[in-house]
Amino acid sequence: MKELKILAVVVFFTLVTYYLVEPFAHSQMHKHIESEGFAYEDLADVNLTDANVTNGQELVMGAGACLGCHSMEVAGMPAPMDPVTAAQSYGVNPPDLSNAGAVYDAKFLASLIKNPAHALIVEHKFDAEKGQMHPMVPFYGAGGDLDKEVADMVAYLQSVAVKKEDLTAEQAYELACGRCHANHYAGWTQMGKTPVFKKEQDELKYKTQVLDYQDSLKAYMGKLPPDLSIYIRSRGAHYIETFVENPQNYLKGTAMPRVGVNEHAMEKVIEYLEDSGDAKRVEREEVGKNVMIYIIIFAIFAILWKKAIWRDLH
Amino acid sequence: MAHFTKAKSLHDWLNQRLAVDAVRRVMATEYWIPKNINFLWAMGMILAVTFGLLLVSGIFLLMYYQPNVATAFDSVNYTIMNEVEFGWLWRHVHGVAASVVFLIIYIHMFTGIYYGSYKKGREMIWISGMLLFVTFSAEAFSGYMLPWGQMSYWAGMVITNLFAGGSLHADGLVEWIRGDYVPAQAFLNRFFMLHVLLLPLAILALIGLHFAALRIPHVNNQDGEELDFEAEAAKYKAGDKAGSKVIAFANDFMSKDMMVVGIYLVFFFYLVFFHYDFAMDPVNFDPADGLKTPAHIYPEWYFLWSYEILRPFPTDPGLIAFGFAQVIFFLLPFLDRSPNAVPASRRGLFNIWFWVMLVDMIVLTAMGKLPPEGIFSTIGLVAAITFIVLWIALPFITKKEKEL
Repeated sequence: MKELKILAVVVFFTLVTYYLVEPFAHSQMHKHIESEGFAYEDLADVNLTDANVTNGQELVMGAGACLGCHSMEVAGMPAPMDPVTAAQSYGVNPPDLSNAGAVYDAKFLASLIKNPAHALIVEHKFDAEKGQMHPMVPFYGAGGDLDKEVADMVAYLQSVAVKKEDLTAEQAYELACGRCHANHYAGWTQMGKTPVFKKEQDELKYKTQVLDYQDSLKAYMGKLPPDLSIYIRSRGAHYIETFVENPQNYLKGTAMPRVGVNEHAMEKVIEYLEDSGDAKRVEREEVGKNVMIYIIIFAIFAILWKKAIWRDLH
Repeated sequence: MAHFTKAKSLHDWLNQRLAVDAVRRVMATEYWIPKNINFLWAMGMILAVTFGLLLVSGIFLLMYYQPNVATAFDSVNYTIMNEVEFGWLWRHVHGVAASVVFLIIYIHMFTGIYYGSYKKGREMIWISGMLLFVTFSAEAFSGYMLPWGQMSYWAGMVITNLFAGGSLHADGLVEWIRGDYVPAQAFLNRFFMLHVLLLPLAILALIGLHFAALRIPHVNNQDGEELDFEAEAAKYKAGDKAGSKVIAFANDFMSKDMMVVGIYLVFFFYLVFFHYDFAMDPVNFDPADGLKTPAHIYPEWYFLWSYEILRPFPTDPGLIAFGFAQVIFFLLPFLDRSPNAVPASRRGLFNIWFWVMLVDMIVLTAMGKLPPEGIFSTIGLVAAITFIVLWIALPFITKKEKEL
């Protein structure tokens, strides 16, 4: 069995080389960051057990509260401004709140309502004492217990949002990433899904609006956030998840905020990124299985043929 | 003009015009191969099959790839991967084969070195093989440019900068190669042409030369035994197949070749379908950006050892060491002064030389990928010096070897 010994030597050196240039080198070049399981342990707990949804609704819908800037289509409230004007006013288009309760973690939402710069971990950029206010105004309370009121608002947002199992990948992506990051393989711009245009003029007009939006975004973030079309291949799911969980773990001082998504919404975001950057994964697995079966049968026949021929040669 | 008779069959018709029987005899049924060779001698067939896969998948990719700096990236990553039916398959076959082909080439090369197959009249096999290696390297490098990703761009920048020759400052030469001050459209166009036309043509011609070089000196064998091929072939033809030390290429050795190829293809398609990402650097899935340098620039794994011979030295000595590493393998048949063409295990000091060289090249490969900092730099420097010293020592080590 000399040949098996030789094969073992070849396989051994191949695996050593592979280990050194792949897992080992990458572990040295990129620090490994553990997922925190989307627990947001640094944020205060929110007690939703006896939250009052009706009160929450009044607070969210009330004048001067959320709907001054945010739209809420599920409640029939359209956006007060078009995306370009909104981006020119706030740096980025404020999200529609219809599904905020389904995408964002409850603890995060509560913290965000009270102190946006803190929840988003962008205090290095927005320091109220230096007069650098975060474009989202903190909620100072309607006169009652602030924490109770915030809990009511969170409960209301959760009550109107789509059910967990109905949350689509695109809805999750829009709220988590889609107002800053384009994904042109999915036909997504920072202004949403690109419509189909009948006239070239309309298309050009839309493109101009996207460019204007991007200009505001660039000024707000420092640079245009990257297109995420194939981030699933250039960064991988683990990197994306842990980056979204807390961008400061990777890039200290980055303008990218902590997004505050819950674990389920994150899975949906990854699904969206896989659909754009690795669209044929299901087909690949299926075809792969069949090809493997075929090729193993081929190998077995090749071995039998060799045995048959070599019977005379020994 | 030759005399033609009315053909009795299609075979006869072809035989009168193309001498198919004679060709088959020379190329297959009476092309004699030593019986005593192991599966490592099937690497040639594996390489031929892999090259075939590269050629076919490359032709399909060529139908949709756009050699334009504005559209190249998306033509590969969107059009081919998402829109073209089975485009992902051709791309992964091409990408995986491009990496695996080098693994097999290295196994093939080290097999040749271990068994002394470059000696005693087999120098041309070795030299034509090395020419193939160099041409394959150029083919791989030019192909790596085409998706126009971040690593394509920056690897293109680094490698073309080598032609400035350090303090020679041959900047004009670098610009002439690039057709611009930085890698841009002209650069992409000419590398596209090199990758899909000129270099594949050269490879095909060199494969022909490599095979031709094999005909007269014949394939070496596991024991380095000198065979009387005619006498052994006569034995075989007389019916003593078991007693003869040679076998016919077809179907005898080909059946073994196909067995090895079959097992190899299981491994190959496993990679294509379930682990295709091993061959593709994630950084290259970011589009080329001339204004943003990647944190670490490194070549594909198969170039790492020679990259690491360049890197630990100051510019000029580094370039000289790099040049040395590129040509020194060509000289192997002449630097090895021993009269023996037997396995390294029977050659004393050379056996140690072989294993140290193998390990040293793996160390160089590993260090070439790692960031050149701290202990990694030191290990890289030691390994690079070891590489050079090994080659300088080779003639002295082998000169002392006694004839077996």
